[in-house]
Amino acid sequence: MPTDDSKGALAPIRICDFSGQLAGAGATRFFAAFGAQVIRIEDRLSQGGWDIFRGNGPYIDERRGVNLGGMFNNHNIEKIGITLNAKSERGKQILREIISISDIVTENFSAGVMERWGFPYEEMKAIKPDIIYVSNCGFGHAGPYKHFKTWGPVVQAVSGLTFQSGLPNMPPAGWGFSHMDHTGGYFMAIAILMALYHRNKTGEGQYVDLSCTDAALTLNGPALLDYTVNKRPLRRKHSPHSNRSVFPPMAPHGIYRSLGNDQWVAISARNDADWNALCDVIGHPELTKDKRFETMETRIHNQDDLDDIVQAWTDKRSPFDAMLALQERGVPAAAVQRPEDRADNDANSLAWNTFPEVKHFEMGKVRVEGMPMKLSKTPAKIERGAPIIGQDNDFFYNEILMLDKAERKALHDKGVI
Amino acid sequence: MTSALDDVRILEVGGALGAWCGKLLADMGATVIKVEPPDGDETRAFPPFYNDEPHKNRSLYFWHYNINKHSVTLDIESATGRDLFIRLAAQSDAIIDSCPPKHLDSLGIGYEAISQTTPDIIFAAISPFGQDAPYSDYASTDLTALAFGGPVWSCGYDDHTIPPVRGGGNQAHHTACHFAAIGVLTALVHRQFTGEGQFIDVNMHAAQNVTTEGGAYHWLVARDTVQRQTGRHSSPTPTPEVQMLCGDGRYVNIGFPARTEEQWFHLLAWLDEHSLVGDLSQYLTPPSREAIAKRDPVAIQQMREVMGAVSDLCMANTAYDIFVRAQNLGFQWGIIYSPEDAIEDKHFKERGMQAPVAHPELDAEFMYVGAPYDFKATPWALKRRPPLLGEHNEDIYAEIGITTTQLEDLSKTGVV
Repeated sequence: MPTDDSKGALAPIRICDFSGQLAGAGATRFFAAFGAQVIRIEDRLSQGGWDIFRGNGPYIDERRGVNLGGMFNNHNIEKIGITLNAKSERGKQILREIISISDIVTENFSAGVMERWGFPYEEMKAIKPDIIYVSNCGFGHAGPYKHFKTWGPVVQAVSGLTFQSGLPNMPPAGWGFSHMDHTGGYFMAIAILMALYHRNKTGEGQYVDLSCTDAALTLNGPALLDYTVNKRPLRRKHSPHSNRSVFPPMAPHGIYRSLGNDQWVAISARNDADWNALCDVIGHPELTKDKRFETMETRIHNQDDLDDIVQAWTDKRSPFDAMLALQERGVPAAAVQRPEDRADNDANSLAWNTFPEVKHFEMGKVRVEGMPMKLSKTPAKIERGAPIIGQDNDFFYNEILMLDKAERKALHDKGVI
Repeated sequence: MTSALDDVRILEVGGALGAWCGKLLADMGATVIKVEPPDGDETRAFPPFYNDEPHKNRSLYFWHYNINKHSVTLDIESATGRDLFIRLAAQSDAIIDSCPPKHLDSLGIGYEAISQTTPDIIFAAISPFGQDAPYSDYASTDLTALAFGGPVWSCGYDDHTIPPVRGGGNQAHHTACHFAAIGVLTALVHRQFTGEGQFIDVNMHAAQNVTTEGGAYHWLVARDTVQRQTGRHSSPTPTPEVQMLCGDGRYVNIGFPARTEEQWFHLLAWLDEHSLVGDLSQYLTPPSREAIAKRDPVAIQQMREVMGAVSDLCMANTAYDIFVRAQNLGFQWGIIYSPEDAIEDKHFKERGMQAPVAHPELDAEFMYVGAPYDFKATPWALKRRPPLLGEHNEDIYAEIGITTTQLEDLSKTGVV
């Protein structure tokens, strides 16, 4: 078991981190939680303004400002926050020093930004031969659209994920959040770790060009092979219908209106056993003998009828009552939980500590996203909130870069740090 | 060239839930051995099938998630099977287990047992609610996981009489597997530093809960509840529409039509080419998001006029032309592609997002989806087509000292 002085799985690692927003900051967040020293470098001149979340809501109270963004706090827990004007000559010199003592450089700028600063991969490699450089950018650093700009919804639109999410004869519903900012960050973390494993083994660093739209394209699932192999496009009559399940076939399978205002329950019957149990639970055991519903194939074919039958039952129940009645018999069913349900009243979330509380220098105690996987010997640590702008300048420039007080003051006065 | 994970050996056991994690690692060079029951992994029976003919070796679902892996068959429920599993584990660096919680423990081949003989094993168990937590015995599918874990609440249409919508494509499973992969890799790196293995408990429900963006933050920070809206971020307060139907029946996502003065003039000039400026020329700046949020009637009226004009502009063009022109003007607009549109697009083709894979026994070559990332020194690669059921029994079992004769006996008794 870990002791109090346990340093975390990635304690020997230091990241020179320019990444921000969610797609980048969400990746280095893992490293910070697992004990790496993540040096979050923010622009002195714009006060970190490149990261729009720095000062954006939600807010804890009526106060506003670059230190009070709720999302920024979530994405940057446990990181070391410093400021640097990397466009100034002295700033570039300091950046070279930081790179020389780092294992990894990360960023999610638009294509070409690092080159314009004078820090393409070749330059970083000259400074630190085994450096790992991982860049996460919307359309990648090569290809006809490399200069195009994205954010989560554009990544989702262009990759097919938005189209895959919706009901027939309706516009796409898409994702009601930047799924690909989260998931782009997950891919970025995976890429960094793989490159790190390779470096630890061989001593060789490398450059990884992560294109968030490429990553999103890989998430379309078997629908892509159905097209490339069977020539069956997803854009066809009555398709897609993402509340139903085609691969694998399941029916009934949907999201049904329940008792109350905007209350819904999701139900999936995977096989005959689920179907038979469901018929019992909804008080219609005779349906198991109904010709329309005899096999999965006929249930899929008669799914509109099935939906009406299930709907008539869920209409009279709360989502949680319907869920419990079905789960008691082993049928997959789940309330469509609202944020308050799953954050405050969900026994699994509470027992797992899915939303732990961190301490932020100005905001005080705030809950953030926790870690969905528990590593038995090197647990994640999520206790300190995101740094306010320049919060760790004294610590970093003094204890890591060994600049004395007078020099730090001079650099600060000149607008370098 | 070498692969990043070419010295890593992984056993994957369980069902559909963990397959994406194994694939991500296999694509970077890990030897991933899928341990299947003698009659095959459950997903070998999942459609779609090659030429729509059901067959254990022709499920495109199985192909998608298991390319680059090896396949051995093994009845882990039998005593001999359990013994063989422990011997296979002894040659492995990691195990990816997506069996029901504690199932392998009940068979005596869970982490506790394996780590007795193989102390530095990394053992990742992926399950719907964690191994031993509230709801661990609940049944779950991709749909119910996304519903219960939060994403579904945020997805759907402005009209709330229409059910909320599940994001398509198996994303609950993918998200659980992304955390599993991060966990396994973190543990592998830690093992490089210390020699220590460990157990990883991956909770799919928690994985969804932390993948909802504002859905969580608005509640945790400000105790606001987001409401779903067509094609755009769910939000505590309504925001303008973003999806525009174009002349060819496809949609584009226009985000916020123009943010800066420069963009505003670009937009007016573009509208002017189609004689669609109308009264918009009176505005010197784009509509203000802040003013709209504060319900300022002038800003709302301007926004209404802009959206009307942009809608006409879109209807006068194809979605692709709108997308490319807008991006060239610096607007973060995106065409809403279907998956097949995307994989045929020239940008993605040029980046190698169609990766050819030969299937010799079918005398055919098929296009698989390409790499999520471009590693310059240790490239991502599709090196072997998805395994036939039990294709690697002979090779893999030989490595733990099973002779061909013994393998035949094991096969006769139904152990492999």
